Amino acid sequence: MVAQDLRRHLREAAVWYGGLGLLTVRVARNLTLPPSYFWLVAREIDIIGVRSLTVALTAALFTGMVLALQTAVNMARFGAENYVGPVVALSILRELGPVLTAILVGGKVASGITAELGSMKVTEQIDALRALGVNYIKKLIVPRLMAAVLVFPLVTILADGMGLLGGMLIAVFDRNVDPYLYWNTISYWVVLKDFLSGIGKSVVFGALVTLVGCYNGLATEGGTEGLGRSTTATVVQVAMGVIISDFFITKLFLFMFW
Amino acid sequence: MSPVTTETPLVELRDVRKAFDRKQVLRGIDLALAKGTILAVMGGSGSGKTVLLRIASGLIYPDSGGVYLFGSRIDRMSEEGMLPIRRRTGFVFQGAALFDSLSVFENVAYPLREHTRMSLREITERVHHFLTLVGLPDTDELMPAELSGGMRKRVGIARALVVEPEVVFFDEPTAGLDPTNARLVAQLIAQLRTGICDTAIVVTHDVEFAEMVADQMAILLDGRFADVGTPAEIHRSANADVRRFLAGELREI
Repeated sequence: MVAQDLRRHLREAAVWYGGLGLLTVRVARNLTLPPSYFWLVAREIDIIGVRSLTVALTAALFTGMVLALQTAVNMARFGAENYVGPVVALSILRELGPVLTAILVGGKVASGITAELGSMKVTEQIDALRALGVNYIKKLIVPRLMAAVLVFPLVTILADGMGLLGGMLIAVFDRNVDPYLYWNTISYWVVLKDFLSGIGKSVVFGALVTLVGCYNGLATEGGTEGLGRSTTATVVQVAMGVIISDFFITKLFLFMFW
Repeated sequence: MSPVTTETPLVELRDVRKAFDRKQVLRGIDLALAKGTILAVMGGSGSGKTVLLRIASGLIYPDSGGVYLFGSRIDRMSEEGMLPIRRRTGFVFQGAALFDSLSVFENVAYPLREHTRMSLREITERVHHFLTLVGLPDTDELMPAELSGGMRKRVGIARALVVEPEVVFFDEPTAGLDPTNARLVAQLIAQLRTGICDTAIVVTHDVEFAEMVADQMAILLDGRFADVGTPAEIHRSANADVRRFLAGELREI
């Protein structure tokens, strides 16, 4: 019984990873094919980026604040309270900015994509597109992927800025750290590489999140019940995917650029 | 059994087989559809009619056998490679499959906007012509959610026909319709002959409807064609199962 369950889970996992891989290959092949739906990319930029800003920036502000609070309180025990700026900045720029943005914005965006594509799938609208001779990969997936790859770094940059600002608010008003010292220590200890490594991650996260959302939408079966299952799976898989891939990307970036 | 043999088939299936999980749905289907023929494929629920139609149109791949559309083998083509061939066909889905975020006008105009360089005026004229043809003038602004089942189906037919395809695939065009709407759809399919498209495969379980629209009928039982011929020939079928099916005693497989 246990062996059967294990076999079934392994088979399902193999189907999922294989399907995601095949979808990635098809999307890559379609990137350069005509026609170019630039207006769809612009629409997706609005949906993925502009409408997710409030969530991403609010989370970043409070993350920066709590990070500064914890860092300042604990570093005060070593008399290193003045270094709260660089610690907050490195944590946010290298990890928390891109990862939290990807989990929050990604979860929201990818579950939306799964719900939309999944509902199109179960009502045969995707088959209708295919029957009309429309390249549904080009029409439905490529614009979302392109928009995400463009927008995730931009939202991450804004979230980074908001996180640093949140850190400064706590450092200055709660812990009485001089604001010039906060920014000076950041500009002294933090280098461009720290910033770029976070931005690099956000590009990968953008692609990963969109592909997971699209794949689960296209793989939806079983009517509205199946649609609910797919959407839930997307939220979990996006969060897990971002956290796990973050480790490997960090390892890779440290190996390549450190 | 080999049905409808012709000289230049627009749609051809050779020994097509398809299984889902371990259930064998199609067990060796041969079919050749000539230009100018309307073929009705009949069979009970779950007999594989829709699977057959989807394989013939290239929407799903068979496990084995050959599928040819306009002389090109499509069962080995990529999705992208198949697109130009699909543009020469129309498909009417059982549930209409209208794009629910688009109005009736935009649904019917969709293939024209995607595949032609027609001006807005030309698109409008053609969409209105086809909406009138299916008996739905003045419905441009309605959304799919505001339409009845019969209206949705007729919009689906207008969308499939607006590009003037060479072959149309109809999946249960009368399923879920009241007798008036079913008759209307039958008249529409018969009307296609007058110039828009004279070749079609119609999948249905409705014997009367099939007799109204089809030149040829094929009875799908147990994953194979049990008999193929003109409606009159089918009624004189020597196959006992076919006679039982037509008498309504073998609907569920």
